[in-house]
Amino acid sequence: MLNRVLSGDYPRSRPLTALLLIIVTCLVLGPFLFDGIRAFTTLAMICVFIMVVAAYDLMLGYTHIVSFAHTMFFGIGAYGVAMAIEGMGDSFGAIGVGLVGALVVSFLLSLLLGLLSLRVKAIFFALVTLAVAFAFLSLVTQLYHITGGEDGMRVRVPRELGPAFRPFEEPLPGIDLPTLLKGLLTQPWNLGQVWQDSLFEMRFNGRNVMYYVLVVMAAGVFLFLLRLVNSPFGRVLQAIRENEFRAEALGYRTVIYRTAVVILAALVATLAGAAFALINRYVNPENTLNFELMVFILLMCVIGGMGTLYGAIVGSTLFILAQNYLQDLLGWVGQYTAGIPLVENLLGEDHWLLWFGVLFVLSVYFFPAGVVGQLRIWSLRRRNRQSPPPSGPDAEPVAQV
Amino acid sequence: MSEETTAMPMSDSGSESRRRSPVEWLKDLRDNRAHLFLLGFMLLASLAVIDFRTWLVLTISGVAMGAMLFLMASGMTLTFGLMSVLNLAHGAFISLGAFAGGTVLAFWLDGFTDAPSLLTNLVAIVPALLFAALVAGVVGLVFEKLVIKPVYGDHLKQILVTVGGSIILMQLIEVIWGPNEIPVTRPESLSGAFFVPEFLPLIGGIVLEKYRLLAVVLGLAIYAAMLWVIDRTRIGILIRAGVESREMVEIQGYRIHLLFLGVFVAGSALAGLGGVMWGMYKELLTPHMGDEMMISVIVVIILGGLGSIRGCFYGALLVGLINLYIGFVEPRLAAVATVGLMVGVLMWRPQGLIPVIKI
Repeated sequence: MLNRVLSGDYPRSRPLTALLLIIVTCLVLGPFLFDGIRAFTTLAMICVFIMVVAAYDLMLGYTHIVSFAHTMFFGIGAYGVAMAIEGMGDSFGAIGVGLVGALVVSFLLSLLLGLLSLRVKAIFFALVTLAVAFAFLSLVTQLYHITGGEDGMRVRVPRELGPAFRPFEEPLPGIDLPTLLKGLLTQPWNLGQVWQDSLFEMRFNGRNVMYYVLVVMAAGVFLFLLRLVNSPFGRVLQAIRENEFRAEALGYRTVIYRTAVVILAALVATLAGAAFALINRYVNPENTLNFELMVFILLMCVIGGMGTLYGAIVGSTLFILAQNYLQDLLGWVGQYTAGIPLVENLLGEDHWLLWFGVLFVLSVYFFPAGVVGQLRIWSLRRRNRQSPPPSGPDAEPVAQV
Repeated sequence: MSEETTAMPMSDSGSESRRRSPVEWLKDLRDNRAHLFLLGFMLLASLAVIDFRTWLVLTISGVAMGAMLFLMASGMTLTFGLMSVLNLAHGAFISLGAFAGGTVLAFWLDGFTDAPSLLTNLVAIVPALLFAALVAGVVGLVFEKLVIKPVYGDHLKQILVTVGGSIILMQLIEVIWGPNEIPVTRPESLSGAFFVPEFLPLIGGIVLEKYRLLAVVLGLAIYAAMLWVIDRTRIGILIRAGVESREMVEIQGYRIHLLFLGVFVAGSALAGLGGVMWGMYKELLTPHMGDEMMISVIVVIILGGLGSIRGCFYGALLVGLINLYIGFVEPRLAAVATVGLMVGVLMWRPQGLIPVIKI
């Protein structure tokens, strides 16, 4: 059963399995485990970006196609839904129309980009997509009477997905995990009090409904992509990554595969964009189309681990947690360094990205496989130490310690 | 309309045109000198739509923008051509130069920029340009050693680390200069416009911004200097040879890495120079200005053909001109038109207008 669900692609590392289990549990039980709107937004963004990054990994990690137009498709999805609701009112029909329209636009655009990559080689593709995405961004910003320009658009979601909708009369019990953990660490003798403190009343509303739709979507997309990369199609992609000429010589039309991957990734990004518009209820160029967002997706993908879909989960969780909470940490460190001229600035709350950039460059040099890849390498080494590796052609490579 | 067509400068009429039929000549131009064909086509097509005087002003402004773009793009195209290193942090060097030069203009030597005389202004401008080039060059040296050197020959990693490096540089700019925009006033003698006297035929009465004229002159001077270096000097020969075949140059016993380091530093310095020129033109410095220019820079180097300095120059002219022309007709479409131009050219010539290397 599990084998079928995960398509035979297990995490293959105990710490990684534990990490993934923690993340997935937190995401699934999220609204019951974390109190407050900030935690809710963080959880929702993690779900959205798991989809986006997994699709990006399909291109970057599995096929070595560097595309800078991923946010463009994300934005098409978000704006498609936002514009459809703006024009047709807040019904599920409007969402459907917007989503289908956005998917069609994304399909055509990515087909065009893919066809362009027939004519130009890999490195050009990165530059071309960068330029095209920028043109799209400027178009969205300029056509303000349709898209709202820099100000963006509010998305009026149907009532069933909004905060006013209450499927249950009674509030549900919830346990605030941060409070519980903090209590357990600081006053473990006072267990009853800690338990009482961390209980809160969870009022299940339409936003939670949307959240669970999102969780199901993210899980579905993730498992579908996992199935895909472990199918013969996925093997061909990896063959293209390792040696394109050889894959072509073996009789695979690499161009078709590359185009298919670009289109598929674009469609998933569009879907994620639509979900983002519905959960965030506000769409503007900065949160959907910005080049900075594109760089963030790249960072998530690489830090999580290129060529491992689990990396998408780990990477987006780590990055979004850092984005939301690293500032707090830096602010905390900052109160001790206040007054030292340059250090104060370097450790300022606003410069968390600087440290993430340094971390990113270092991780490309020293841990090119990302968190997931590195954990797998470590557990492979451990296994090899425990049992001498079998000799023969099937033996896994022995990592040097 | 008729007087305009007679006065129209045929930018590339050669003596051959009399010997062969015009159609044949045009075809030859299109196939063998695509850059001139496209440039001429763009000039003529826009002239047909836009009134002549406006067109002249737009063209000069476009050439000025092209000149600045050329300064910013030349380094990137040479780095790619010589060592096939794709430096996506190039935009950060543009910002860095702009901020370094802007500091000189706005804070250190601001007393000299208010005076109306050109000579006094130059006391501030020349150090600003030099300082911008110096800072960008030195940071380029460090950047090459620390960030790029470990990932030679791996395009994917190059893209990743240079994107990361660009984040770090941008953030460092924000740490040092603060996150706010810094206004930079243009030196007094360059801020006004220049009126062509009314009595002159055809061009009488048009208004030309002085600063754009300076940008054109400086851009052309640097292009000429660069062509001289590339075409006439020993270093130029090595660079050209290196672009064509790196291994061959190495086999001859030249230390190609040292040459590449020099080109990288010079390219970063030029980006800084272009950045400060652009900053003075915009009169406002933001940490992300380099990123915004990166798109045009990328279009320029793709248009020209990666690695070609001549292609880079013509690409910059084309991008500058199309920006101004389309911006005049419909400002909202300027960026789209720039990218459209690139896509169109790629469809027609996948290698760019003046290809040097096979990718």
